[in-house]
Amino acid sequence: MAHKPSFMPRLEPRGHASPSMVYLTPLLALVVTLLAGGLLFQVLGFNAPEALYTFFISPLTTAYGLGELVVKATPLALCAIGLALGFRGNVWNIGAEGQLTFGAIFGGGVALACYDMEGWWILPLMVVAGMVGGMLWGAIPAFLKTRFHASEILVSLMLTYVATLILSLLVHGPWRDPEGFNFPESRIFSDSALLPVLLAETRLHFGALFALAAVVGGWFIIARTFVGFQIKVMGLTPAAGGYAGFSQRKVVWLSFLVSGALAGLAGVSEVAGPIGQLQPTVSPGYGFTAIIVAFLGRLHPVGILLAALLMALSYLGGEAVQIGMGLPLAVTGVFQGMLLFFLLASDVLIRYRVRFGRPQQEAKA
Amino acid sequence: MGMFKGTRLAAVAAVLAGLLGGAATAQAADPLKVGFVYVGPVGDLGWSYQHDVGRKALEAHFGDKIKTAYVEDVAEGADAERVIAQFGQQGYDLVFTTSFGFMNPTLKVAKKFPKTKFEHATGYKTADNLGIYDARFHEGRAVIGTIAGHMTKTNVIGYIGSFPIPEVVRGINAVTLAARKVNPNVQVKVIWVNSWYDPGKEREAAETLIAQGADIITQHTDSPAAVQVAEEKGVWAFGQASDMAKFGPKRLLTSIIDDWSGYYISRVQAVMDGKWKAETTWGGFKAGMVKLGALNPAIPADVQKAAMDVKTGIEGGTLDPFAGPIKDQDGKERVKAGAALTDKDLLSMDWYVEGVQGKLPK
Repeated sequence: MAHKPSFMPRLEPRGHASPSMVYLTPLLALVVTLLAGGLLFQVLGFNAPEALYTFFISPLTTAYGLGELVVKATPLALCAIGLALGFRGNVWNIGAEGQLTFGAIFGGGVALACYDMEGWWILPLMVVAGMVGGMLWGAIPAFLKTRFHASEILVSLMLTYVATLILSLLVHGPWRDPEGFNFPESRIFSDSALLPVLLAETRLHFGALFALAAVVGGWFIIARTFVGFQIKVMGLTPAAGGYAGFSQRKVVWLSFLVSGALAGLAGVSEVAGPIGQLQPTVSPGYGFTAIIVAFLGRLHPVGILLAALLMALSYLGGEAVQIGMGLPLAVTGVFQGMLLFFLLASDVLIRYRVRFGRPQQEAKA
Repeated sequence: MGMFKGTRLAAVAAVLAGLLGGAATAQAADPLKVGFVYVGPVGDLGWSYQHDVGRKALEAHFGDKIKTAYVEDVAEGADAERVIAQFGQQGYDLVFTTSFGFMNPTLKVAKKFPKTKFEHATGYKTADNLGIYDARFHEGRAVIGTIAGHMTKTNVIGYIGSFPIPEVVRGINAVTLAARKVNPNVQVKVIWVNSWYDPGKEREAAETLIAQGADIITQHTDSPAAVQVAEEKGVWAFGQASDMAKFGPKRLLTSIIDDWSGYYISRVQAVMDGKWKAETTWGGFKAGMVKLGALNPAIPADVQKAAMDVKTGIEGGTLDPFAGPIKDQDGKERVKAGAALTDKDLLSMDWYVEGVQGKLPK
């Protein structure tokens, strides 16, 4: 009942969000990030255009660089597409990192079991094993959620640490390279257990095609299948879904199995691709970064693909400015942070408008 | 958007100008390009920090005859190969990769860029253009073990381990052997944090060890967190990799300091003279790669003397930290009196000596 005139800015709901803006704002956020980043570089005493060029364009000027971009984006896209499916249905799988690790363990386990064999069948077997591994690790939170109503957020997150420790146990113990001076690494996989490189002189590997297939598959499930429809309804209005006879249990299971399988695929693609062996750590946090990628891509498979590429570029660019201009690593984090900040800010502005002065209803009355 | 486009055009122009300018100066005097890949942030104040001190010493020594660059906090996985390859691609002459986990990526990249010379710290794989180097940190550990054996009242020494790899196990054994030589009642408790740099975990591990009765903390991790905990709780601590005296002005007994400066300068000089060859370097006190910080005045004079005797003994070759008799945890004699462990034994060490509590994770 405040009648005091106020000149403080406040947020007023717009009623409905403009659909075109929902897809335009990530671009807008990118542009604003570039401008703000350029300003930051200038203030820090660096040549802003040169810094921006080194960060965003120089990594893409060689075939090798482009290959690296895709290599880095592949696990991010694979994990994020699976996660987005669940997020749309209100299922919060935070443990893609653990499912990725389990995919690496299962797929890598096959590779190590077959290290002295040759054959075309080894790789497909590894890929299937990796996906099964990720699914198994995703099935635990799904089971505990549907059976005991345990929070899938906490369970999936904590299982990540369990998965990393199991991998650590294996490479410190039974799977340790017998010729490796007791260092905690497995043997290097044989050629039959390595994903083929798609482009000579780069590290661009077959896993990139898995990611593309996941984009198409993810889009198909959401846009064209009844299951996808059920997931969306359960996400938007669980009560309506319930009246329609949709099963929350089914959505939880499906989300976890699909996202687990895709994260597992990402894991096996990493160890059979750029890494080529099992190590105590196989991922620098792809499963967690994928959560950001999923939201940056608006939970849409194509958006996720673009977001994964952008996120990958931010790592490559961060390294390029470290080498080329002596800028600190923190620049990478600052750019990622600014991008998210501007995206979230524009999200607010899509749904609310900024008003100064007294609320409108009072003005009308 | 117009402005944005303009910025990009300007960017392209600026870079073109930079490239042309760069090419022109390159003809005048070609600085030797030296790259560094660090596993932690340069601000870890331990391992990576100390390598960066070496890099700065290079710049101070050679001035504009060289150009250095580094990438910090590089994950030991698929990322490492990309970062190392970037240095190769940009025509760097010499690249130092400074963590064990960079071994296979360095080897892969070295094969792809035969013109670039690589040096990998703490690994064991070499190639025509890939040398390896490491420091005998266990020599420093023998000195701090001697001090710890004298200074402990509870006879429990706490040890924070990173990964149970030979290098770390060797350090634990060196401290234990030296401490028990002067105080046979000493027991060493180990907590593994499974990370090189995680100040939060390092802090928790230190607190746990103190709660278990340790009155001396030593660590094979990269941050000064353990030293800070010791200062707060009033137990003794040692610095690791760099001089950590400022983090424990009262409770820091001394630090084992890695000094890479001399090594880096000699290797860059070798490249300049065209004499660089892939070599295996493993230097300690004598080579100046391992140094000891100032001794805390709280250490009694006789203990200070005992510590310095160990140091000069190792330097002079009269004292071997791994001389027999050495028993393992099960009481089995591993090294006879009069014998000593060889470098090969040390490089693959996977067993605890008598006096270390707990089982080595395998």
